[in-house]
Amino acid sequence: MTIATALAPETDVELVDSRFTVPGMRCAGCIAKIERGLGELPGVDAARVNFSAKRVAVRHDAQLDDQALVEALERLGFESQPVADNPLATDDKDAKLLLRALAVAGFGMMNIMLLSVSVWSGAGGVTREMFHWLSALIALPVVAYSGRPFFASAAMALRYGRTNMDVPISIGVLLATGMSFYETLTGGEHAYFDGAVMLLFFLLAGRALDATMRNRTRAGIGALLGRMGKSAAVLQEDGSTRRIAADELFPGMVMLVAAGEALAADGEVIDGAGAIDNAMLTGESTPEPVAVGDTVHAGAVNLSAPLRIRITATKGDTALAEIARLMDEAGQSRSRYVRIADRASRLYAPAVHSLALLAFIGWMLAGAGWHHAMIIAISVLIITCPCAMGLAVPAAQVVASGALVKKGVLVKDGSALERLAEVDTVLFDKTGTLTLGEPRAEIDGLDAEARSIALGLAQNSRHPLSKGLVASLQAAGTVPAEVIGVHEESGNGLLGLWNGTEVALERAEAAGAGLATTLRIGQRRDVIQFSDPLRVDANDSVSALSAMGLSSQILSGDRTQSVAPVARALGILGRGGVNPADKLVALEALKRQGHLPLMVGDGLNDGPALAAAHASLAPASASDASQQAADAVFLGDRLGPVALTVRVARETMRIVRQNFVFAIGYNILAVPLALAGMVTPMVAAIAMSLSSLVVVGNSLRLARATR
Amino acid sequence: MSGLTLLIPIALGMGVFGLAVFFWAMKHGQFEDLDGAAQRILIEDEDDEAA
Repeated sequence: MTIATALAPETDVELVDSRFTVPGMRCAGCIAKIERGLGELPGVDAARVNFSAKRVAVRHDAQLDDQALVEALERLGFESQPVADNPLATDDKDAKLLLRALAVAGFGMMNIMLLSVSVWSGAGGVTREMFHWLSALIALPVVAYSGRPFFASAAMALRYGRTNMDVPISIGVLLATGMSFYETLTGGEHAYFDGAVMLLFFLLAGRALDATMRNRTRAGIGALLGRMGKSAAVLQEDGSTRRIAADELFPGMVMLVAAGEALAADGEVIDGAGAIDNAMLTGESTPEPVAVGDTVHAGAVNLSAPLRIRITATKGDTALAEIARLMDEAGQSRSRYVRIADRASRLYAPAVHSLALLAFIGWMLAGAGWHHAMIIAISVLIITCPCAMGLAVPAAQVVASGALVKKGVLVKDGSALERLAEVDTVLFDKTGTLTLGEPRAEIDGLDAEARSIALGLAQNSRHPLSKGLVASLQAAGTVPAEVIGVHEESGNGLLGLWNGTEVALERAEAAGAGLATTLRIGQRRDVIQFSDPLRVDANDSVSALSAMGLSSQILSGDRTQSVAPVARALGILGRGGVNPADKLVALEALKRQGHLPLMVGDGLNDGPALAAAHASLAPASASDASQQAADAVFLGDRLGPVALTVRVARETMRIVRQNFVFAIGYNILAVPLALAGMVTPMVAAIAMSLSSLVVVGNSLRLARATR
Repeated sequence: MSGLTLLIPIALGMGVFGLAVFFWAMKHGQFEDLDGAAQRILIEDEDDEAA
């Protein structure tokens, strides 16, 4: 083995890791099918399924691209979606830190309680003192380690002259620990290390839940610009070409773009004619014909013949970068949205502090002595600890988003559910959102023989029309004919031999007939028309939304003539010919009228609108940029998830409100008792934990919300 | 009392050992796919027969 690898170092292929989300897997059979199926693919080294995250990590030859792997998964029967490099790494680290802190707190809590139990059951004298010392020995490092997330956040808030939930928590924990340590030193009767550590444990449980939720956070706009061509072959003065990185391109250069290559800059075609795939920019995946004089944009993929393009804009000046900038700006306006938990804590933290301080002063004035007064103040801080409050929101959101993932909806962050619950107007993009965005062939006019020949030919090509034809034929249960020697003539079509007869899929001659292709079998010609049909449940979804009190409209960049029939079919308002900036204007107008719009769109031209809308959804077929900008992504050919997501979001907020009512109600009952000095810190900690458990239990009811 | 001097360190030691095992398990990704582990025991290994 070692000899073989030493002899052939050059043949060693570069291996890369790719990750895909596969929400369709449900059982052990799926795991086995995916891992084996991908493993058998040439170029794949290993595939490993993460069933909880519904993901597959594939280690493969760098030659094999994501698209090929997605297609391989499709053949295995699973819909999938590539996941950007490793956008979750930092969040993962955060969650792991919390989990470690939680484990340490759990360890400390259990051991200190064991020691405390013997003290409560009457251990006295030296034994009690020793137990207190042991407790201190465990508690001090545990508090120092597990409390860090809270202390750091509280210190940060105080440095900027603000308070947050972590300030009362930190003060409570530190006071209780310090007080107990003083008791231990002076050989006092009570120590409350158990209370302090238990508090940390439950709070960390809440934080860990919250971190799990945020793990599905967005990856940033960088991913969008990553889709642009990385380099271009630039024509030199002597007629040769040289590859130049995208960063070093300048307007005026002439680049030679081969078929299948992504454009690295905006420009004007000066030689050649063919078709480009603008899906990245418009969401429209049908190829767009280009000829000399046409403007093309970075990110588009040249589909057919080589083109010579004179560069007009590079780097930050491209249309793509402009859209990214618009999106970034629009997104910032939304990040000012104040989450419910923050709004609550803004009122809560000062109230709790004042209450504890008042308790301390009150008992001092009443002549209780500073020691007794301090213990009561600590009890107040612990019993009002915003534990149940802290859990009220994340617990509900984690359960709800978990239930949604099982239905193929990936929610990116918690505030998305809060905003989704508030929307009252839905704006749909047309192409790719209400419709499938993929051309589907009308095959009714073809006989069985023609169908099977067409499939035999079309399955050899990755041209969008071929793919649409394959999808339609496969849906009709066609078996492919044995066509041999299939080859693609760029700009012309697919040619092959079937039983000695020349067969071909060619460009339709009648121009202006819309999207079409000609199937030629010997001398016979059949024209196959393509159309972009509505998603099967578009109508049902719109009526389901209106049943929930949401009004729908279409806001599309497509021509008004093609929007009108769709709007009529769905019985909703439709506007066509709207560019990205106008979409923003329309959204602002709606917001000024007091509406909270939900944007559903897929194209890059929807990106800014998705980022600016109160909440947004994108289908998984959407461009990367739109997925980044959207709050949630849904998979599949159906539009049903839109209504489902809104329904679940509303249900989630109902549960969150119940949780808050419970947490506040508990405080109203418990605080007077603590103020009256009837609660020791230990009892306070137990009461507080129970309230947290009730909140978690209530949130678990959301697991059934998607049914 | 003398029993405690022996038993308490043992109890604490076991706790620390458990904590160490947890840290080790987390570092090696044991908690990344809890549902998958439960499903995987149902997969039969056919690969060896095929070979």
